[in-house]
Amino acid sequence: MTGQVNTGRPNQLLRNLHSKIASIPMILTAVVIFLGGTLWTVFYSFTNSKLLPRLSFVGLDQYERLWAAPRWLISIQNLAIYGVFSLIFSLVIGFLLAALMDQKIRFENTFRTIFLYPFALSFIVTGLVWQWILNPEFGIQSVVRSLGWTTFSFDPLYTPSIVIYGILIAALWQGTGLVMCLMLAGLRGIDEDIWKAARVDGIPMWKTYLFIIIPMMRAVFITTLVIIASGIVRVYDLVVAQTSGGPGISSEVPAKYVYDYMFQAQNLGQGFAASTMMLITVAIIIVPWAYLEFGGRKRG
Amino acid sequence: MKLRLLAAALAATVVLPLGIANAADLEVTHWWTSGGEAAAVAELAKAFDATGNKWVDGAIAGSGGTARPIMVSRITGGDPMGATQFNHGRQAEELVQAGLMRDLTDVATKEHWKDIIKPSSLLDSCTIDGKIYCAPVNIHSWQWLWLSNAAFKTAGVEVPKNWDEFVASAPALEKAGIVPLAVGGQPWQSAGAFDVLMVAIAGKDTFNKVFGDKDEAVAAGPEIAKVFKAADDARKMSKGSNVQDWNQATNLVITGKAGGQIMGDWAQGEFQLAGQKAGTDYTCLPGLGVNEIISTGGDAFYFPLLKDEEKSKAQEVLASTLLNPKTQVAFNLKKGSLPVRGDVDLAAANDCMKKGLEILAKGNVIQGTDQLLSADSQKQKEDLFSEFFASSMTPEDAQKRFAEIIASAD
Repeated sequence: MTGQVNTGRPNQLLRNLHSKIASIPMILTAVVIFLGGTLWTVFYSFTNSKLLPRLSFVGLDQYERLWAAPRWLISIQNLAIYGVFSLIFSLVIGFLLAALMDQKIRFENTFRTIFLYPFALSFIVTGLVWQWILNPEFGIQSVVRSLGWTTFSFDPLYTPSIVIYGILIAALWQGTGLVMCLMLAGLRGIDEDIWKAARVDGIPMWKTYLFIIIPMMRAVFITTLVIIASGIVRVYDLVVAQTSGGPGISSEVPAKYVYDYMFQAQNLGQGFAASTMMLITVAIIIVPWAYLEFGGRKRG
Repeated sequence: MKLRLLAAALAATVVLPLGIANAADLEVTHWWTSGGEAAAVAELAKAFDATGNKWVDGAIAGSGGTARPIMVSRITGGDPMGATQFNHGRQAEELVQAGLMRDLTDVATKEHWKDIIKPSSLLDSCTIDGKIYCAPVNIHSWQWLWLSNAAFKTAGVEVPKNWDEFVASAPALEKAGIVPLAVGGQPWQSAGAFDVLMVAIAGKDTFNKVFGDKDEAVAAGPEIAKVFKAADDARKMSKGSNVQDWNQATNLVITGKAGGQIMGDWAQGEFQLAGQKAGTDYTCLPGLGVNEIISTGGDAFYFPLLKDEEKSKAQEVLASTLLNPKTQVAFNLKKGSLPVRGDVDLAAANDCMKKGLEILAKGNVIQGTDQLLSADSQKQKEDLFSEFFASSMTPEDAQKRFAEIIASAD
């Protein structure tokens, strides 16, 4: 009798055994490296570790110093400006380009390649190219001046108040192509019949896009948002290549603060505190969103 | 004929392994990558190769700030090189305390480093708990003002003899379209320039009180306020430099596009490489022509603890080669730095180096900031001064923040 019961209800643990064994390495990687590394970092951010980690606790000292450091405050401010504008502009420009592409134009393939091409370059190359383009002595400013407008001035990389926009331009040049492609894929997924129905009802094209197509592309927008957002938080190499944080400290970003204090200043504790703050910032944005997105569906 | 070739080839195969028996390849990492520096490091490699060992060059571009993290992570990560450059002082302090570096006391006593290395503070910086961990190779001083004679000729003013005259000549230079003072964008350059101004304007005692004793009251006091005023002048004069690396800034002086540069004596190597002559093409003012004092920071080689016995032996050979009188002269002439031993003949030295040697002989020396402050405090200072030089922060605000850094310095 008991034997029959056992065969009737197989052990949950042994179901799909092969796939479970196969995923063990990835589970270990996730738990040990990502989660373990994160916890280790947070833990040591409460110590006064210098070049090497050591267990001598100082409470919240590292965090107090962090939030009193002008360089950190500037970094946060820069990330906020860069983040907001990069999000808005890459979505708007990316969608507009995709919508224009979708008008059954000639040479669509050629245009698509041209717009996507910058994405094939690394941030370091992008940064160097734009460093030259924006250089006042060789780049845009000197070209326009040589055309006759001798008082023309466009020098973002050496002007502390607007340097972050110089970086933003390079980031948009590199990133909008990908957003365009994602959006185009979304647009192509929309049924022709919907367009026909809208046309029959006499709805103008811009209204069709705004009130019918975009709401239907919700999933594509969310994917794009996640890709852009993760790129924003980890922006580092673009800044290093373009300005090295300068002039002065006016284009510093949090990721660079973490690197500089961990390795150049040989102060692991301070670097860990800064990276923990970055994690918390991301968590504050992601957790409520994930709750609404995935928690809501379960209830429904 | 054929037979002889064959014999020669055979002989070569026999001789070659014998020659290698006591030798080893040693990877040496450093950040000497500008033209003058590369020429100097080639001298070290040549001298080491002559001992039958092989110098495997591991140059890391991008100056110390980029190179040091790579070196440190290689040592802590269990992939140590044979030897590595650091500025002697406190950069490798924790690596030594963690037992990752090799004790050189045996070599040092055998070769009497204590007697030959001058000034003795160099060896003190290598010594931790009575044991010697590094071999100093040169003395670099920060306190120099390099002036382009051609630039002042274009502007129609005489080449200044001290800082005040230089500041006074700035408007004339600007009128001629010349940037008066070249300052590169790398943070350590503006922080270093400030330290130089401090020695020149506030003097040796104040410098020692601020960086040696970490006296917060002095750092917030009137003497340092004067220094910040001078830094404010320097900031105004440096507008329009628009370069990053120090050697690009030096190049502005060499080509006469900038009037002058506050930079350590490593800039000398660049002038030399460009074929310029001290006195006729460029002028050097130690201590900015105000206070002839030089700091005795510099470069040293540290040797990570290795398991391979042959390589460990080669490390000893390298350590003694570095301090060999011949190597010292050949290396330092190319590098533009001063030798660490007082008993070598530097007849070939140019005017600027002779000035430096004279000051050294008089004993007008201070310790470098790398020896006095931890890397952490240095970084905070760099953050402050790179912000100060690029923004319109008032000298008073900057001084307040400077005093805070000194108060928390270790």
